[in-house]
Amino acid sequence: MSTTTPNGFNLDNAGKRVVVDPITRIEGHLRIEVNVDDKNVIRNAVSTGTMWRGLETILKGRDPRDAWAFTQRICGVCTGVHALASVRCVEDALGIKIPENANTIRNIMSLALYVQDHLVHFYHLHALDWVDVVSGLKADPKATSDLAQTVSPSWPKSSVGYFRDLQNRLKKFVESGQLGPFRNGYWGHPAYKLPPEANLMATAHYLEALDFQKEIVKIQTIFGGKNPHPNWLVGGVPCPINLNDTGGIGAINMERLNLVSSIVDQSLAFIEQVYIPDLVAVAGFYKDWAAIGGGLAGKSFLSYGEFPQFANDQSNKSLLLPRGAIIDGKLTEVLDVDLKAPDQIQEFVTHSWYSYSDETKGLHPFDGVTEPKFALGPNTKGDRKKLEAIDENAKYSWVKSPRWKGHAMEVGPLARFVVAYMSGRQDVKDLVDSTLKTLDVPITALFSTLGRTAARGLEALWSAKQLKAFNDKLIASIKAGDTATANTEKWDPKSWPKAAQGAGFMEAPRGALGHWIKIEDTKIANYQAVVPTTWNASPRDAAGKIGAYEASLLDTPMANPEQPLEILRTIHSFDPCLACAAHVIGPDDREVTKVTVK
Amino acid sequence: MARVETFYELLRRQGVSRRSFTKFCSLTAASLGLAPALAPKVAHAMETKPRIPVLWLHGLECTCCSESFIRSAHPLVKDVVLSMISLDYDDTIMAAAGHQAEKCLEDIRTEYKGKYLLCVEGNPPIGKDGEYCIVGGRPFVDQLTDMAKDAMAVVSWGSCASWGCVQAAKPNPTHAVPVHEIVKDKPVIKVPGCPPIAEVMTGVVSYIVTFDRLPELDRQGRPKMFYSQRIHDKCYRRPHFDAGQFVEAWDDENARKGYCLYKMGCRGPTTYNACSVTRWNEGVSFPIQSGHGCIGCSENDFWDNGPFYERLTNISVFGAEANADQWAARVGVGVGVGVAAHAAVSAAVRMTDKERHKSPPMPKGGHE
Repeated sequence: MSTTTPNGFNLDNAGKRVVVDPITRIEGHLRIEVNVDDKNVIRNAVSTGTMWRGLETILKGRDPRDAWAFTQRICGVCTGVHALASVRCVEDALGIKIPENANTIRNIMSLALYVQDHLVHFYHLHALDWVDVVSGLKADPKATSDLAQTVSPSWPKSSVGYFRDLQNRLKKFVESGQLGPFRNGYWGHPAYKLPPEANLMATAHYLEALDFQKEIVKIQTIFGGKNPHPNWLVGGVPCPINLNDTGGIGAINMERLNLVSSIVDQSLAFIEQVYIPDLVAVAGFYKDWAAIGGGLAGKSFLSYGEFPQFANDQSNKSLLLPRGAIIDGKLTEVLDVDLKAPDQIQEFVTHSWYSYSDETKGLHPFDGVTEPKFALGPNTKGDRKKLEAIDENAKYSWVKSPRWKGHAMEVGPLARFVVAYMSGRQDVKDLVDSTLKTLDVPITALFSTLGRTAARGLEALWSAKQLKAFNDKLIASIKAGDTATANTEKWDPKSWPKAAQGAGFMEAPRGALGHWIKIEDTKIANYQAVVPTTWNASPRDAAGKIGAYEASLLDTPMANPEQPLEILRTIHSFDPCLACAAHVIGPDDREVTKVTVK
Repeated sequence: MARVETFYELLRRQGVSRRSFTKFCSLTAASLGLAPALAPKVAHAMETKPRIPVLWLHGLECTCCSESFIRSAHPLVKDVVLSMISLDYDDTIMAAAGHQAEKCLEDIRTEYKGKYLLCVEGNPPIGKDGEYCIVGGRPFVDQLTDMAKDAMAVVSWGSCASWGCVQAAKPNPTHAVPVHEIVKDKPVIKVPGCPPIAEVMTGVVSYIVTFDRLPELDRQGRPKMFYSQRIHDKCYRRPHFDAGQFVEAWDDENARKGYCLYKMGCRGPTTYNACSVTRWNEGVSFPIQSGHGCIGCSENDFWDNGPFYERLTNISVFGAEANADQWAARVGVGVGVGVAAHAAVSAAVRMTDKERHKSPPMPKGGHE
């Protein structure tokens, strides 16, 4: 049957159904089903989040100062983003102002995550969609070395011997018959376009990036004590600064600052000399993917903005990446976004495994309701013990459908960069324009699978530079005599009002993240998170508008539907995080008692 | 099945000399807390063993355990995956998806019946027939049960698999349960922590590969080598605790001096883990060193033992020697001991607070 959605996409579920479950190389559990026509072009797409953890239900009645630790466990990949959104929503609710250094340190921790998370995504979650590891065995090490020295003249690991040793290691590995994570991959698939030398170089960098990513996160360890899941604090940051006095060895001191500076420099070098050259080199072979996988890109983007330059100023004057929304493809009109306006952000559950009293309407997070209600539609193939094909006309996902003023939105690095570009931010414009020029593609090339992947790489570079800037700012602040890292005026719950509510945002690496809290009698009365993957992976809403994943897969030609490489490419370009996406709020006691506990 | 290359052979053809290999074995032995005399045994194992197939399943979780695992510095995770084990299924990093991924599970289960290691990150929710976590179109709890049947042993990564962790915190809406409540006929090694320390994770794997046996476990199923002592026992701020020197407020003078975080809610005194010695991210720091108390993330039910910033009221008396088993037994005895112990601590705190105002205190070791 063929239909046109209210947001302008044609769906036709007549053709052969292809199921990909599990989607691997993501965080959490995601199922994608598509229908392909007789030419193997995708004509219908269904995105199903297949996990639910109920964290916000668990938060009810707890100390708001503890919420960051709970919500941080929503995601261990983009670790820290929920913690930061959480401390910000509590601070917003209670009117707590944080010291300048605390804002700087939070930015440093978040930017370090951006760099590490984007790097890991490109090499370890996404690269195998473009890089045929096995093909690299056929490469000529000398030609690989020449290629490496051409794309990145100053990166030292580029000798003939280096690539020969690696190739030998891979050969034996493959010949052993134990392929580990490369087992059953799509090696030799016709959609792989890189020559053997580029495959070998990229595989070398896959391993180098695996070694290096663990260095970047040490920045979070220095300030937060561990990674994943460093420590945060309502009112500031927990690490004190002490350069000259007794006991400085146990605080942020000169040795610690030097360690941060050293990692910052190494990170910038790795991004500039490995990640970006690889991205450009790989993209050059896949320019056709600049016209595939667009979906909502170019039509509707949302960004909450991030990296306040000044503590306690979350306006666009302070935010290095601005807040804003673009709808209906009107790129030059960036609209204001207000997390607290009841008519802006709303969540629908028409096609999600929850029930509302009126499912034709969406609810703002402050007033969110969640009652889990798992049921498969009448046209389901298989059953709950062995699901073969889902019925998308019924409820079909643990992910809700958030909408901004009724619009399905795409979030993520591309959304952030387009909002920044269209808001006239020169640093972002320069970065984007120069890359488009290098690749010789128009700006519309951004609205694609390749565009998302490229935007993430450019943002990693931008982040590494900002990381250096904020590190310099911290040192300058200390030099000027400011060593404060926490404001404890309202630490004691006795100083809080009887009731308060607040919203906290964070642009996570994957996109716009919001937390909303209601505090009553010093305890959490209500808590809700609307996260990036909820936006992107959302099922259809009450009006039938489809979300970013579903829209992006439409019209994609597949070489062989049995080997769904093309689906993986586009879905991975969003960097899905399903543990984040499937969450729930409990505004009242009913839902808990309705969950069957055996 | 093709002949499987040994770890030693892999290293040799990577150009690693015999001498470097021996050194590597000594370091591995040391990182496992073994006597230097055991290094040759490590070497022998690496020279002769094929790579053990590892299937890494994911239930309800946040992937922090996988993220921690890839932070391992010794051994590097690259070397673990390419040369030590054969990570034939891990949906976070594997190339294959969908049917091709599912086939990896089935193939290993058949080819290596009883010989593969099943690692579990996250846990199965058993509420509503397991519908809160569906993988490959079926409830995760079914996948776990099936794959455990033919496993050699099971490793429960992190606090989710070991205890239940955050989704099992009250009221546990999905009825998430730890792995050992589902898998009852296989050895289950718990490696708790949210997440566990990277080198503890790779240390447990290295131990199994190297010695061809499972590590010794305490009564709760955790490797003794990493979980038999409290953070507090080996904390470098312990002398400040003993001297009654405490942080009283965030960023106060005492915080800047690196005093004890007990009054800020630190769970070090009741948490069994390696953080204060092994530390995090190649020894860079651990929570207490960076100014925040331990939240006890490797302990059962730690989420429900908060609020985190409320000081402990049931800690043991000064200088008490207690291992994990004894501690567990003591907690089981009743509240009386805890209350008495708290009274003793409070008295000590009051006394030492007064002292501190008189003169710069010195660690006194063994007072009380």
